[in-house]
Amino acid sequence: MLQGTLDLMVLQTVAAIGPMHGYAIAARLEQVSGGALRLNMGTLYPGLMRLEQRGWLRAAWGATETNRKARFYTITRAGRRQLAAEKADWERMTAIMHALIHGEA
Amino acid sequence: MTLREWTARWLGAWRPRRSDAELEEELRLHIELATEHERRLGSDDVTAVRAVGIRVGTTTQTMDALRDQRGWPWLDDLARDVRYGARALRRNPTFTTVALLTLAIGIGANTAVFSVVDGVLLKPLPYPNPDRLVAVWHSAPGATGLSSLSGDLLLSPSMFFTYAEQNRTFQAIGVWAGGSATVTGRGEPEQVRGVAVSSGVLEALGVPPLLGRWLSPSDQAPDSPRVAMLGYGYWQRRFGGDRTVIGRSIDVDATPREIVGVMPRGFAIGTTEADLIGAARFERSRLTLAGFGWRAIARLKPGVTLAAANADIGRMVPIWMQSWPTLANVSPHVYDAWHIAPALRPLKQDIVGGISRGLWLLMGTLGVVMLIACANVATLLMVRAEGRQLELAIRAALGAGRTRIVRTLLIESVVLGLLGGALGLGIGSVGLRLLLAYGPSNLPRLAEIAIDLRAVAFNIGISLIAGVVFGLIPALKHTRSRISADLTASGRTASDSRERHRTRNALVVAQLAMALVLLVSSGLMIRTFRALHAVEPGFVQPAQVQTMRIPIPPSIIQEPERVGRAQFEILARLEAVPGVTSAAFVSMLPMEGLPPDWDAVEAEGQPWRRDEIPALRMFKQVSPGFFQVMGARFVAGRDYTWTDLFERRPVAIVSENLARELWGSPSTALGKRVRTLPTTPWRQVIGVVQDVHDNGVQQPPPSIVYWPTIGESLYRAGTTVVTRQATFVVRSARAGTEQFVSELQHAVWSVSPSVAFASVRTMEDVYDQSIARTAFTLAMLAIAGAMALVLGVVGIYGVISYAVSQRTREIGIRLALGAQRRELTQLFVRTGLMLAAVGVPIGLAVSTAAARLMSSLLYGISPLDPMTYLAVPLVLVAAAAAASYIPARRAAAVDPVNALKVE
Repeated sequence: MLQGTLDLMVLQTVAAIGPMHGYAIAARLEQVSGGALRLNMGTLYPGLMRLEQRGWLRAAWGATETNRKARFYTITRAGRRQLAAEKADWERMTAIMHALIHGEA
Repeated sequence: MTLREWTARWLGAWRPRRSDAELEEELRLHIELATEHERRLGSDDVTAVRAVGIRVGTTTQTMDALRDQRGWPWLDDLARDVRYGARALRRNPTFTTVALLTLAIGIGANTAVFSVVDGVLLKPLPYPNPDRLVAVWHSAPGATGLSSLSGDLLLSPSMFFTYAEQNRTFQAIGVWAGGSATVTGRGEPEQVRGVAVSSGVLEALGVPPLLGRWLSPSDQAPDSPRVAMLGYGYWQRRFGGDRTVIGRSIDVDATPREIVGVMPRGFAIGTTEADLIGAARFERSRLTLAGFGWRAIARLKPGVTLAAANADIGRMVPIWMQSWPTLANVSPHVYDAWHIAPALRPLKQDIVGGISRGLWLLMGTLGVVMLIACANVATLLMVRAEGRQLELAIRAALGAGRTRIVRTLLIESVVLGLLGGALGLGIGSVGLRLLLAYGPSNLPRLAEIAIDLRAVAFNIGISLIAGVVFGLIPALKHTRSRISADLTASGRTASDSRERHRTRNALVVAQLAMALVLLVSSGLMIRTFRALHAVEPGFVQPAQVQTMRIPIPPSIIQEPERVGRAQFEILARLEAVPGVTSAAFVSMLPMEGLPPDWDAVEAEGQPWRRDEIPALRMFKQVSPGFFQVMGARFVAGRDYTWTDLFERRPVAIVSENLARELWGSPSTALGKRVRTLPTTPWRQVIGVVQDVHDNGVQQPPPSIVYWPTIGESLYRAGTTVVTRQATFVVRSARAGTEQFVSELQHAVWSVSPSVAFASVRTMEDVYDQSIARTAFTLAMLAIAGAMALVLGVVGIYGVISYAVSQRTREIGIRLALGAQRRELTQLFVRTGLMLAAVGVPIGLAVSTAAARLMSSLLYGISPLDPMTYLAVPLVLVAAAAAASYIPARRAAAVDPVNALKVE
């Protein structure tokens, strides 16, 4: 999976739902994709660390509903800006691809 | 990658915010939740764990990936390799010690010499914008006599005024001259180094004073109050760094001067760090074209090139010739024949001058020693690597590619290099201190030589490069593709071993060749030195001649007549000191290094033509007995007597070469007459003395006229002059001892209590100082040659020794089959000699090229001197034979039974 694509998916998920821990993010993405997207820890957590390093996510230790210690990730203001930019890029690319594949017949 | 991520990674590598433990905790939860999910789907514990492992991965893998994200993977690899390297070094203490010592000596020596080269040649001069500073010289090919000493013409004061007022290209220009002065009134009278500067010098150099102010142009006016500036060293030594010196008075040459400023530490004009800086005072109305004794410094205007400045001076030379009168009876057009032309030089070149060649030679020499040391360490590494074949094979089997293994080995070598360099830094600073203490004391910019940041950077750089250089060969050689074969117990295949054997031999041959080059250079220098020593300098047994400079300024004795009597009295007292054979004095010793006195003499019957300036001769004044004290022979005629002096008889003594030039032979010279100016009376030549070398034995002896120390002025008939600045010479077997010098000083003070002594040393010291630079180069080359020889010998010893140990079984077989022990010894000695036989011709070939580079340093022998080129290879071959013999004897001592048992 491309780094940029993973970033977009994680940011969108966290922005839409609110503070989540790593497992929840992976579970949510698996659910939304109908089982097609199964993120490995080795892909997910380095990705989360990278997003944190870039200042697009903020993380803090907290408790889950079952009172277990987990690290929750929240999107930052810079993260929202990045998300908006990535979404715009994605939409543009999709439109171009669509036009290429289907259009101008 | 964003800047934030980049910074975060650096922080992560150095001081990670999230520790491994914290990361693992986060992963634990993920695995827990995933396991619960699996169990909810119906798996039992065991299946769940396996399923989770497949679906989300393992903690180990994830932690690897996280660590790669947190910091810099390459940095972690590097750190790991460095740790491995250090561990490997610790495991082989013998190897490590030998290698470290070899490297430390090589790198340390190079660092020390680099500090010298850097301080003298590379660093910019310590003035603001130093590349704008130029030294103003003129070439004057028509001025015979002047060109023999310094090669170029200095400025006269009239030139200074013309240039200062009429130039278009200089921001500031001034003249200066060095000398000595006597400071009194502060305890014992003291001789100090002084410098007289005109306006423009301090302005051109641009170094602001530490205290007070510069000398100003008004201080140059002849009737202005007398002022002086102090040099930093003198201010510290004699005034204790007292900041209230400004305004105080100091007696210089019996004239009180007001101290107006102090210059900062390290300030020098040219190479002179003066104790006192005074204003040159010119009586403008009395100046003529002549008086070429001043050095000149100028600062170019911004944007002006050296060529433009040269052209500017060239434009002003004719203006100068028209603007000033000449000495009486000399036509102004005589200077046309001199062909005075501008010859400006960047100031740095002026100061550093001729020694750059010697210094670069030194640097090159030690670079070669460094290469030899690297070759040695490379050989050591190769030998050690033989034992690591198994380890490397395992690494390769575990997946390390060839590049990776080479990198690991290289990093090990670099660690070794850096450690050797660190040790070498210590050795280098000690070496530098020795160099500065025993090296030539007249090295320019001495104060700027130190182990500073640049030298440390050089040290680190060389250590890294050395590490790569000596590490690359073994690393490449030991990672050939046949690593898989080495996993078997019997180790390498025969052809691999032969390949490495060849490489080791090649390294030793290279070492020998390089050692030969250095030894040939040393040999040439030794012969040069001996040739120099063989030149008859014009004095005999200089170690037994004590010299001291005793000036008698007007402040101590006013009338010239009385000065003469005082000097006569002083000689009498000196000769009364026990152990003294004879005593005399002279205006300037041979090779003393002071600026000489040049002028022209007219020989009766050979008048000067009105349209040319006659050849210039060196003028000295001698007391009776001087030549006897020095041991210079008279080839014709006689010496002065005191009667000649006190009766002020018009007499002269000339040097042999002058006699031959003017009158054909020394005997015909006797009785002929000479004079300095047409307005002065003739003087008769009464003696011709042998030639005396004056500017070091490498230069031919100049033609000299020796005038009496008391007599009629050479320039103004009717006035008596006396030599006030005189160097006294005393011949005694006790010369050089402190006790003796003290007795001499008391003898002098008993006549004149307030004179100061300067430059107290034996004639041998004077002579040694004149060849100091050659001696120094020789010493350095000899040391380098010796180091190279030792390293080369060690190299051969190591190779033969190793060969013996590897071929133990073969030796055992040979012995069992009836070989004589002597034959075996000869076998290995032959191996060593063959290495030498290859190395020597290569070395000789390179030597011929190298010797040509140093031909400017040689004297009396050609760069292809056959004796050196014959002797040195013999020495080297003998050393190689000896180095091979010792391990070869071990071959003879092998016990065949034991040897054949080894498997």
